[in-house]
Amino acid sequence: MSRAAAVTESRLARALLIGGAMAFLGFFLLLPLLAVFSEGLKQGWSAFAAAIVEHDALAAIRLTLIIAVISVPLNVVFGIAASWAIAKFNFKGKSLLITLIDLPFSVSPVVSGLIFVLLFGAHGLLGPWLQAHDLKIIFAVPGIVLATVFITFPFVARELIPLMMEQGKDDEEAAVSLGANGWQTFWHVTLPNIRWGLLYGVLLCNARAMGEFGAVSVVSGHIRGMTNTMPLHVEILYNEYDFVGAFAVASLLAVLALVTLVAKSVLEWRFDYHHGGAGH
Amino acid sequence: MTLFAASRAGWRQPSVLPGFGLTFGFSLTWLTLIVLIPLATIFLKTAGMGWSAFWAVGFSDRALAAYRLSFGTAAAAGVVNALFGLLVAWVLVRYQFPGKKLVSALVDLPFALPTAVAGIALTALYAPNGWIGQYLEPLGVKVAFTPIGIVIALVFIGLPFVVRSVEPVLADLGKDVEEAAATLGASRAQTFVRIILPAIGPALLTGFALAFARGVGEYGSVIFISGNMPGKTEIAPLLIVTQLEQYAYDGATAIATVMMVASFAILLGINLIQAWSRRRAMA
Amino acid sequence: MITVQNISKRFGDYPALHDINLTIQPGEFIALLGPSGSGKTTLLRIIAGLEFQDGGKVLFDGEDVSDRKVAERGVGFVFQHYALFRHMTVAENVGFGLSVRGRKDRPSKSEIKARAEELLSLVQLGGLGNRYPAQLSGGQRQRVALARALAVEPQLLLLDEPFGALDAKVRKDLRRWLRQLHEQMGLTSIFVTHDQEEALELADRIVVMDHGVIEQVGTAEQVYMDPASPFVSDFVGEINRLPVMIAGGEVQLGGISLAIPAGEHPDGPAQLHFRPHDVELADHQPGGLPITISNIFRKGGCWRVEGHHAAVDRVIEIDLDAGVAPPIIGQQLVAFPSKSRIFAAGCP
Repeated sequence: MSRAAAVTESRLARALLIGGAMAFLGFFLLLPLLAVFSEGLKQGWSAFAAAIVEHDALAAIRLTLIIAVISVPLNVVFGIAASWAIAKFNFKGKSLLITLIDLPFSVSPVVSGLIFVLLFGAHGLLGPWLQAHDLKIIFAVPGIVLATVFITFPFVARELIPLMMEQGKDDEEAAVSLGANGWQTFWHVTLPNIRWGLLYGVLLCNARAMGEFGAVSVVSGHIRGMTNTMPLHVEILYNEYDFVGAFAVASLLAVLALVTLVAKSVLEWRFDYHHGGAGH
Repeated sequence: MTLFAASRAGWRQPSVLPGFGLTFGFSLTWLTLIVLIPLATIFLKTAGMGWSAFWAVGFSDRALAAYRLSFGTAAAAGVVNALFGLLVAWVLVRYQFPGKKLVSALVDLPFALPTAVAGIALTALYAPNGWIGQYLEPLGVKVAFTPIGIVIALVFIGLPFVVRSVEPVLADLGKDVEEAAATLGASRAQTFVRIILPAIGPALLTGFALAFARGVGEYGSVIFISGNMPGKTEIAPLLIVTQLEQYAYDGATAIATVMMVASFAILLGINLIQAWSRRRAMA
Repeated sequence: MITVQNISKRFGDYPALHDINLTIQPGEFIALLGPSGSGKTTLLRIIAGLEFQDGGKVLFDGEDVSDRKVAERGVGFVFQHYALFRHMTVAENVGFGLSVRGRKDRPSKSEIKARAEELLSLVQLGGLGNRYPAQLSGGQRQRVALARALAVEPQLLLLDEPFGALDAKVRKDLRRWLRQLHEQMGLTSIFVTHDQEEALELADRIVVMDHGVIEQVGTAEQVYMDPASPFVSDFVGEINRLPVMIAGGEVQLGGISLAIPAGEHPDGPAQLHFRPHDVELADHQPGGLPITISNIFRKGGCWRVEGHHAAVDRVIEIDLDAGVAPPIIGQQLVAFPSKSRIFAAGCP
């Protein structure tokens, strides 16, 4: 974009502004990222690798993957259903519904965990009933899944609602007028139209699901090898002064973040999928 | 034609597209089960607590110190982010430079990087023997284990909110209004202050509000760098966790309620300011 | 035969259609003409089954189809912005309606492909089947949308502002071509337009609508020459409108009695409508409209003369044969409407 001389800054001012922005980003974003890898590799590759293939670390990796595999599809199904209802139909209370879907964004992660403790914990509302039936939710995997689903609840819906609203209903009406049924319309017409937005939402949802700390920390109970996710495992190692181990596992999570950023950027550049406004 | 409000015949305007009942019913049920009922338990529990008990734990000296710290550092970080986020957005929208796409992608790092990872990385940087901390220590500046460290963590967490709120508005801002200002004799600085800033003001406020709200509740990135000293560097979310670890459910609930009510009140206030400024802009 | 009976429709507090009655014969080419907000698109969508009426019935050949779904009505619908499926090729778009049929009625893949090719050559896009909609011009997309609608072999073709998004030249070519296609395929067609020229040129009959009400139904000749209401008179073709008084069987303007019969109109204020080409100019004579020529310019095959009527402070537009010498600016003349209509005052 070349701007006319009348409406831009002098070369010096431009250089200073760019320099200032880069210095800020360097200090606040790039340096922490480098620190993770640098600290993880402080004692060489073998110590790094040993920390990752260690038994409890592997268990944490496995649990983190399981949590993501359960909670992301749940949010995809919800996101698609909610955005279909909201974007393709007119009904009263629509904006209230959108506000409620966004609610988990404005709740502290710690509070997000707390609500499930209050509901399902030993002293919680349903605690006695769960105990009588020998069901365990808090300090067990179901609790972690619940907290993760709560935290990531708006991610997919939030991507799809504005996208589907913008696309309107013309394509769907055309398909219906040509004889397609609801499922055919969704599968052949709507889904191809929203696929990049959906993928975008899934990426962000997955990153948060695998990286969530506060909410999961409250409901997990930190049982090594059982209810520790990767971020929780990082905390435990760090608190035990096993810094290399902590940063090695953290490096894996940082790689996940980088992969997410690259995939997200590819979506934005290649497929011209613009991410409007702020998220999460 | 579909832009009009729902028909008087019912709460939903009829449509030829199928699936409303299924998708709406499922969405509402899922929302109720996962979000609404669990959130309601907080208020249910608070209501059953009694006013004096609630006051005693929710507004104890330790709790008050934690609120002050959480809201204060979140506000400070929000202001830092408003300034630097605007700078970053400006540079990304207005200038061409090598590596711009890479920088733009990097801005979203705080969205993608798990908070615990950010927390230990920032601590490694700013601890007295850390990469940056070792140079600050001789100057008598302590960052880690002080409120400054908390602000730094919250700046990290909140930056993308401001950049991504301001960016699209700045990009949409027509070149013609700036050119008009220039033809009328405004200097570049005058154009920025009188034309550009008012136009992006609401977006900047939105970015600030989002960063602030996130900062108040933030936990993972803060607890490593803050030092967690009760009354000094203990943030409110950490106090909730501490109460929970001591099985003080009433205490945890009371503090959570105060935090949520305060956050909602502040967000509501910001929304009102925005609505007011939008109305003023329209008039 | 399509019959629309007492159709009404509201959007919230906004009445979109009010007690609409209309009958369309097989093979007719009908235009729904009106300004935006007149309800013409809503009526088209109700006939298609894309929108639901609050009251009244839609009958196809005497049978009530109000409860029939859009896919079961045997209509082809061409959307204003075409609504082509961007991720499908042109041929896939055209074949879509066939490919979503139940297994029993669905032609084989090769048959669908052949049918799509056939339709594409019908709309003069043979050989473009493998392109994507984004690779086509606006006029080509329009024809793909038409081919797609025709693929399901509709009895009734409905088009929402079919030429609205095209530039003037393409629009004119497509118009003529659409009319030919309509006749060639023996279709019944209804199209929505806000462009009176389009409606006058294409349609067998024009339905003029305003504020959710049908103002007039008739041929181009009828709505132009014999408008049923001041709205139609004003909306279709150019018109001069003057506020007049009817008194004792005489039409008066600025206190002067005009040489125009008042007809059946009761005494009181009224409005006088006449077209620019229905005016003759003369020197000072009684019973005309005294004007001062303020502007003259060439307009197609005639002179457009603008004369200022001082008493009512209105400019009167007059078209004169290009063969005669035009008047001079500043000249004082008298205008005689040779054909005019009088409507009650207060209407637009």
